[in-house]
Amino acid sequence: MDSARSVVLDAGDIGRAIRRIAHEVVERNKGAADLILLGIPTRGVFLARRIAAAIELIEGDAVAVGAIDVTLYRDDLRLRPARALEPTAIPTGGIDDKVVVLIDDVLFSGRTVRSALDALNDIGRPRAVQLAALVDRGHRELPIRADYVGKNLPTALAEKVRVRLLEFDDFDEVTIEGGAS
Amino acid sequence: MRHLLSAGDLNVDSACLILDTAAQLASVTDRTVKKFPTLRGRTVVNLFFEDSTRTRISFEIAAKRLSADVINFAAKGSSVSKGESLKDTALTLEAMGADAVVIRHGSSGAPHRLATAGWIQGSVVNAGDGTHEHPTQALLDAFTIRHHLRDGTGDLSGVRVAIVGDILHSRVARSNVLLLRTLGAHVTVVAPPTLMPYGVSQWPCAVSYDLDEVLPHVDAVMMLRVQSERMHAAYFPSVNEYSRRYGLNALRMGLLPPHAIVLHPGPMNRGMEISADVADGERAVMVEQVANGVSIRMAVLYLLLGGMTDDGKKEI
Repeated sequence: MDSARSVVLDAGDIGRAIRRIAHEVVERNKGAADLILLGIPTRGVFLARRIAAAIELIEGDAVAVGAIDVTLYRDDLRLRPARALEPTAIPTGGIDDKVVVLIDDVLFSGRTVRSALDALNDIGRPRAVQLAALVDRGHRELPIRADYVGKNLPTALAEKVRVRLLEFDDFDEVTIEGGAS
Repeated sequence: MRHLLSAGDLNVDSACLILDTAAQLASVTDRTVKKFPTLRGRTVVNLFFEDSTRTRISFEIAAKRLSADVINFAAKGSSVSKGESLKDTALTLEAMGADAVVIRHGSSGAPHRLATAGWIQGSVVNAGDGTHEHPTQALLDAFTIRHHLRDGTGDLSGVRVAIVGDILHSRVARSNVLLLRTLGAHVTVVAPPTLMPYGVSQWPCAVSYDLDEVLPHVDAVMMLRVQSERMHAAYFPSVNEYSRRYGLNALRMGLLPPHAIVLHPGPMNRGMEISADVADGERAVMVEQVANGVSIRMAVLYLLLGGMTDDGKKEI
């Protein structure tokens, strides 16, 4: 199983991808006003904080950051044992009439994002929702597309993409593992 | 875990998982849509053979906030009053497709019978059986104590709790002693000798007959209701004497450390085990206990029903 393991992004690449995404977000939204970055736990939350810090460097103003746990909205709950919940933290003032940027580490089937959209619907009514992912590995099962992508990564279904982040795993790295049959 | 029958079945990890899950679910109260779609299409039956308002409503709200369908089955005015047995009631519920049965029963052990007899496939949650256990009450008490004394995280190691009053008839006391011990707290039960259960020396807690001696050394005090409806003998000379020796009043509040909180599972007998000024005081957390009860019951229902349903594969 541990046949192939290649590093796709190292710490420097991840940092550059985050800075580029930050620039793209600001450019597309003409600034950072009304912007809320919501990370999807676990690693999406840390990515959201990093992107927010990068935007603050560009624009000078702090951006609202939060977390949105989608566990209770998943469509595959009954396929696995009940999962522990992660914190949901919506910035004070809510999401009504704001531009919400959802942030996840890997975009794959699109089902997590679908759950996040449902969760947002119960929390408020944003003016627009955009999606950022550090890695887009393809194989979508739903009509969902990212607005900001760190790296497009063509993969085979059997391969595993692993994102490791300093805040959670002690180092920054994106790898592809296994899959070679 | 498939059922929640006893607080003694929980270990530190599963108990903390329930408390942590409840903490996340508590945030739903601030939202515009106070509902999650998680248990859509599941049916939860509240099977109550004994009177209850807050526990039944609490379970009902919890199930509804997770989008489950709720059926309330009260023994009064049902076929049970015509003499139907627990087994036949259970088989009826199973035929109607109940995914979980929340049961309150006057006989200790009824939930265990329901869970293990093979009459039903669904999960069984004990909502109080006789003088035996009431695990969700213990969980919400632990949640409330943890919120006030441990910043809402981790276990309760080192917290000192006194449980005072009618220990003999109290399922709340037994569940709390077991759960608080599991979470690392030190528990002292305080009661007149006539209201101490037989074999209390085997319980994992200290025993005292003197409330004034215990109060200065606790972080939380839990007052229990004197359950007159279960008392068929004279357990103490008079209400006045009980209240004087074991009731919590303003004078006794002065003996407590300043950070200590007062809990009561309700319903309260004001003037008996607790005086009105203490019950309405700012260190009393009864209203929070009720709110936390909904979060705890949501967490329990989610963890029992939210995952895989295949027999034996489901784990908390």
